[in-house]
Amino acid sequence: MRWTDAVLRGALTFALLPPLSLAVGHARQTQPPSASTPLPPPPPSPSVPSPTPPNVAPRFLVVLDAAHGGDDTGARIADHLLEKDITLSLSARLLSMVSAHGIGVITIRDYDVNLSATSRAEAANRMSAAACILIHATATGSGVHLYTSSLAPTPITRFMPWQTAQSGYVTQSLKLSSEIDSALAHAEIPVTLGRTSLQPMDSLACPAVAVEVAPLAAGSATKAEPLSDAAYQRSILDALTAAIDEWRNDWRQQP
Amino acid sequence: MISRAERILFMGMLIAAVIMAAILIRLRERAQDRLHALQTSTPLAEAVEALPTAVTLLIPNDADNSLQESQRSLPLPHDESARAHVLLETLLESFKEPSSTHPIAGAGGSSSARGLDIDEVFLMPLPQARDGAPNPGKMAVVNFSTAFAQSHPSGIEPETLTLLSIIGTLHANLPAITQVRFLVDGHPRDTLAGHADLTRVYLASSTDSEGGR
Repeated sequence: MRWTDAVLRGALTFALLPPLSLAVGHARQTQPPSASTPLPPPPPSPSVPSPTPPNVAPRFLVVLDAAHGGDDTGARIADHLLEKDITLSLSARLLSMVSAHGIGVITIRDYDVNLSATSRAEAANRMSAAACILIHATATGSGVHLYTSSLAPTPITRFMPWQTAQSGYVTQSLKLSSEIDSALAHAEIPVTLGRTSLQPMDSLACPAVAVEVAPLAAGSATKAEPLSDAAYQRSILDALTAAIDEWRNDWRQQP
Repeated sequence: MISRAERILFMGMLIAAVIMAAILIRLRERAQDRLHALQTSTPLAEAVEALPTAVTLLIPNDADNSLQESQRSLPLPHDESARAHVLLETLLESFKEPSSTHPIAGAGGSSSARGLDIDEVFLMPLPQARDGAPNPGKMAVVNFSTAFAQSHPSGIEPETLTLLSIIGTLHANLPAITQVRFLVDGHPRDTLAGHADLTRVYLASSTDSEGGR
């Protein structure tokens, strides 16, 4: 009877799991999924009692997802500047800057490859990350656009629907967005806030914010800067690093 | 020997036959013309001149990620689907204006190519609720042309603003529309131009924008 239960649980687990993909191999670091991820844990053995989880504090991890890649070029920012190249560059630089603060960082895309939204979400959800930053770029608007999921908040359950896994983390995502907003405002970079339906963000089981970088338009307190300007990029990355560092302090105080 | 009187009678009858044949041919041609005219130009209903109606368009602003209300006066057809189509074509035309705060070249690349951005707008009744109560709302299915999707600027902000302005404009002028789906050239598509999700059904209430600083 217990064996039958285990088989049924295994079949359920298999049915709920999305297909494994190459994206897991691109991640620099792997950790077992947490109990709240949409990926359910493997079926328990009927004869062996489950081990008591070790009493250690969860590690603060940040996932960086450079959007687009490969034949998915994203937006054309300038004649010879594509969104996929800017996002990859920003991701790599943010990785080194945040790592220098002693924070564990995982990048989903490390080179020019096209990963599906499912692969990206699958790789991110395995990390039990404290923050997931999706990096985008566009030629329209000004400054930095911060987007969180437009899903309505729901309680986190053991099994979350894959398409709406982010709904359990929307409240935390809004707090993370507010943290990044404050850091960018401190750096005097214009910010617009919004909610949207974006893949893979809606499938992420972590506090997630899409950071879309745009050129800086001339204003009363700013002068026009192209997206390719190194100093402008540096100021954005400094602000993001400060926000992640601050988020680490807030995250540790959360129950 | 045929007498002179018989020859005159014969000639008279021949002339009368020719004239009658000519008259019959002419009458047949006129009958055919009348029949052809009935087949091609008979109005199905009496033509009614549409009076201009005040409408509200939600115009996006890329600079601050907001939607601004703009009042216009348009002659709108009586059919709801056609009305929605005219509303959205007018909205997308405003994106092509030189002073647009949300510039999109559109399908034709200029304001002269009007009516090429949206192929069709379908209105469908919503299914009944679980308790069996009738659902008075409608779902609008907006079918973009491929040319419009290809010419749309790529980015989370411009794509999201386009969708929200369409949803908000439909709901503001046709309150029965509570849900909106998007197709491109009659087929489902993952994103509009690489970012905004087109696979989901959007609720009209989701047009609430937080705006920017």
